[in-house]
Amino acid sequence: MDPFADTLRRLREAFSAGRTRPSEFRAAQLRGLGRFLQEHKQLLQEALAQDLHKQEHSQPTPASGPLHMLCTLPGRFCLQSAFESEVSEISITQSEINLALRNLRAWMKDEKVPKNLATQLDSAFIRKEPFGLVLVIAPWNYPVNLTLVPLVGALAAGNCVVLKPSEFSRSTEKVLAEVLPRYLDQSCFAVVLGGPQEMGQLLEHKFDYIFFTGSPWVGRIVMSAAAKHLTPVTLELGGKNPCYVDDDCDPQTVANRLAWFRYFNTGQTCVAPDYVLCSPDTQERLLPALQSAITRFYGEDPRSSPNLGRIISDKHFQRLRGLLGCGRVAIGGQSDESERYIAPTVLVDVEETEPVMQEEIFGPILPIVNVRSLDEAIDFINRREKPLALYAFSNSKQVVKRVLAQTSSGSFCGNDGFMHLTLASLPFGGVGASGMGSYHGKFSFDTFSHHRACLLRCPRMEKIYSIRYPPYSPRKLRVLLMAMEARGCSCTLL
Amino acid sequence: MSKIGEVVQRARAAFNLGKTRPLQFRIQQLEALRRMIKEHEKDIAGALTADLHRNEWNAYYEEVVYVLEEIEHVIKKLPEWAADEPAEKTPQTQQDECYIHSEPLGVVLIIGTWNCPFTVTVQPMVGAIAAGNAVVIKPSELSENMANLLATVIPQYLDRDLYPVINGGISETTEVLKERFDHILYTGNTAVGKIIMMAAAKHLTPVTLELGGKNPCYVDKDCDLDVACRRIAWGKFMNSGQTCVAPDYILCDPSIQNQIVEKLKKSLKEFYGEDAKKSRDYGRIINSRHFQRVMGLMEGQKVAYGGTGDAATRYIAPTILTDVDPQSQVMQEEIFGPVMPIVCVRSLEEAIQFINQREKPLALYVFSLNDKVIKKMISETSSGGVTANDVVVHNSVHSLPYGGVGNSGMGSYHGKKSFETFSHRRSCLVRPLLNDESLKARYPPSLAKMTRH
Repeated sequence: MDPFADTLRRLREAFSAGRTRPSEFRAAQLRGLGRFLQEHKQLLQEALAQDLHKQEHSQPTPASGPLHMLCTLPGRFCLQSAFESEVSEISITQSEINLALRNLRAWMKDEKVPKNLATQLDSAFIRKEPFGLVLVIAPWNYPVNLTLVPLVGALAAGNCVVLKPSEFSRSTEKVLAEVLPRYLDQSCFAVVLGGPQEMGQLLEHKFDYIFFTGSPWVGRIVMSAAAKHLTPVTLELGGKNPCYVDDDCDPQTVANRLAWFRYFNTGQTCVAPDYVLCSPDTQERLLPALQSAITRFYGEDPRSSPNLGRIISDKHFQRLRGLLGCGRVAIGGQSDESERYIAPTVLVDVEETEPVMQEEIFGPILPIVNVRSLDEAIDFINRREKPLALYAFSNSKQVVKRVLAQTSSGSFCGNDGFMHLTLASLPFGGVGASGMGSYHGKFSFDTFSHHRACLLRCPRMEKIYSIRYPPYSPRKLRVLLMAMEARGCSCTLL
Repeated sequence: MSKIGEVVQRARAAFNLGKTRPLQFRIQQLEALRRMIKEHEKDIAGALTADLHRNEWNAYYEEVVYVLEEIEHVIKKLPEWAADEPAEKTPQTQQDECYIHSEPLGVVLIIGTWNCPFTVTVQPMVGAIAAGNAVVIKPSELSENMANLLATVIPQYLDRDLYPVINGGISETTEVLKERFDHILYTGNTAVGKIIMMAAAKHLTPVTLELGGKNPCYVDKDCDLDVACRRIAWGKFMNSGQTCVAPDYILCDPSIQNQIVEKLKKSLKEFYGEDAKKSRDYGRIINSRHFQRVMGLMEGQKVAYGGTGDAATRYIAPTILTDVDPQSQVMQEEIFGPVMPIVCVRSLEEAIQFINQREKPLALYVFSLNDKVIKKMISETSSGGVTANDVVVHNSVHSLPYGGVGNSGMGSYHGKKSFETFSHRRSCLVRPLLNDESLKARYPPSLAKMTRH
């Protein structure tokens, strides 16, 4: 029994009928999505609280999203408040909706391109068209943001969309499955649920685009399944995001930033700094600074802090607890299985071969690895898979720029954590094992669109083009060769 | 490690040394490539003659010229393309540097095909080199002479470690695909495209697949049939129909079918004479297997012109088929030969429906003097690219991306798009490491209330 065949057929028919093409339709979908967010904000916040064990919104938490410095809404200036941060998974999505609504017509317009000499009389442009039926597969760690922001792009680009939220963020999944469809045209949109088995069945079907956020392991499975249908993909994966801390820095400033971005959402962020590379001297200065930051952020007893969340599942908790045995615990190290609580932890004396340095941590544990020089740090980074994000802290811009120039990663931030995510003008995506493709802002629209090259030729002017027709003669060849030698002249005399 | 493995490792090691980073190096390599082409013009034409019965003219005009233009364009624009691209800042990042930094991906694999064996192998190389990658080139073994030529001359002009040529058949290609690359660009058919993407998936390697399909050519009643048929004949029968963007079949109203046939015939005679076999400008089918295949497609069809072939020389006469049944074999696969079926449809709507019932093609053509017809055809179908009132040529505008959609492929290249395809565009935010006062507001515990206005 194929549980998805009917749904997919219905969506394909709607797409073929052209329902999603007009900008009015797409704008209406986006506005519907916006209304969903506004009208069910509380419901979503409660779901997020349940899924990621963040506290109820009466108790402020920083939990739901990384981006509460965001505030790209015009005229608003936000100071960090726990309440606001709780809402930021929602407000980043709202910002993307607003951006798409404001720019939809401009993005949809045919993009004129420069012409060469031979095509001066013609019209040359790139037309943005929807692919058709798009599948968005979302993870559990930012279940609102990472499900809905891709959805914004897919809808804006005029596709029919199947959304597959993560089964691990159960409460959010429920809200998305039961409430969201009421706000969108259900002939063009569906939410499908299930675990690995259902996902396998779903992936046997043909989609015209697949957008996946999750682990590299599953990313490979998704791409292999996509290959059977020649479906293009964007894969937002993960990795171990290195954080180089130079000797020339103020340890407390660095520690504040490091701690904040590491322990945000209990470390369950694909772009969180995963490990630190620094000299033993800098480590000595960083440790007390980190302790100070942690205490300031989460109090003497982080376990009772309303600002610290919990691990998503027993499986991940066990995995993380295992990592606590690596190296030596310098800060934190406590855990409680009944609550899936892990204290904000810093590990030192860590070997490269230990598990904590072999897998993406995705938890509130920060190992520090010692290097003796910037060169050694860069070598260390380059021996590994290209990460999703890379960080470098230094007072010296040269040092920061050197790390940037001599490494590769999805994105890079000098002297801060994943702030770059707050700019819709920067594409967000990985490279190598951390992924392929990107999105956010206009990049979302472009990702979910086929860029069709169009050339509208003048049906006249046949004489000019006649040089291209056989029979060919040495004279014609000479004319062509002369044209090729001439500067600034297009050789493709058509 | 296999010999192929060693070659790829050497390319990677050379890349890791950082040789390709300076723009100057990349430009030097491109200039060397240009010199190679100019100094070996005759050899390139000779290889094309041997492989596909091309002549000096169409070797230049249909292949070499594209690549030389691409090199010219890329050398000129490279500094601009490689420069950091500033990004719009938010209120919170006004003091910071926000930009997109283009970087090479690493080691790129280019797998060429046999029909335009020079262009489809070398033109992607231009973009890959410009973007700062090491490039492993695997020409098609079916165009044997070109494969051997490239393997001989490329190492004489370009860095041997960074840009190796690997020749061979299916088993060598399979070997190569076991290696890890940072991007694979493949030109060829749909079936192999899937295999390539599956292999790439194991390493999470992004791919650009330039595949094929049946490129429809709709001829409206309201059009200048003389011009239309001449252009169609040119694009269809060049290289004996073995062009991935050739118009594959014609859709037209039955009332103009005969005229189209007559005018196509007229153009064909102008181009190739009464007996195309004697024409220096008419190509041959690449091998016996394809010869048999294309001849087979004519079986049971109404032949209005041509219809004959000579297995010994792999010559197939320019052929036009009329009143073709959409269910017949010739309408089931990409023809890739000098056979033009005409399928009758009674309206533009029917033509659009016909096209949409099929896989998305690499190219779509529409001939009409009526802008509305063109607009409707474009807006109600999809394809890699479109040319209206001509064929093939959208391919040659280097500001237009060249690529397919659906079964005809994914990704694109040419000109700046090549540079982008073979680069990683890395988002960068660089802040000063100032004291934290201004950012303190974001840290927990959160007591401050938000100010809204």
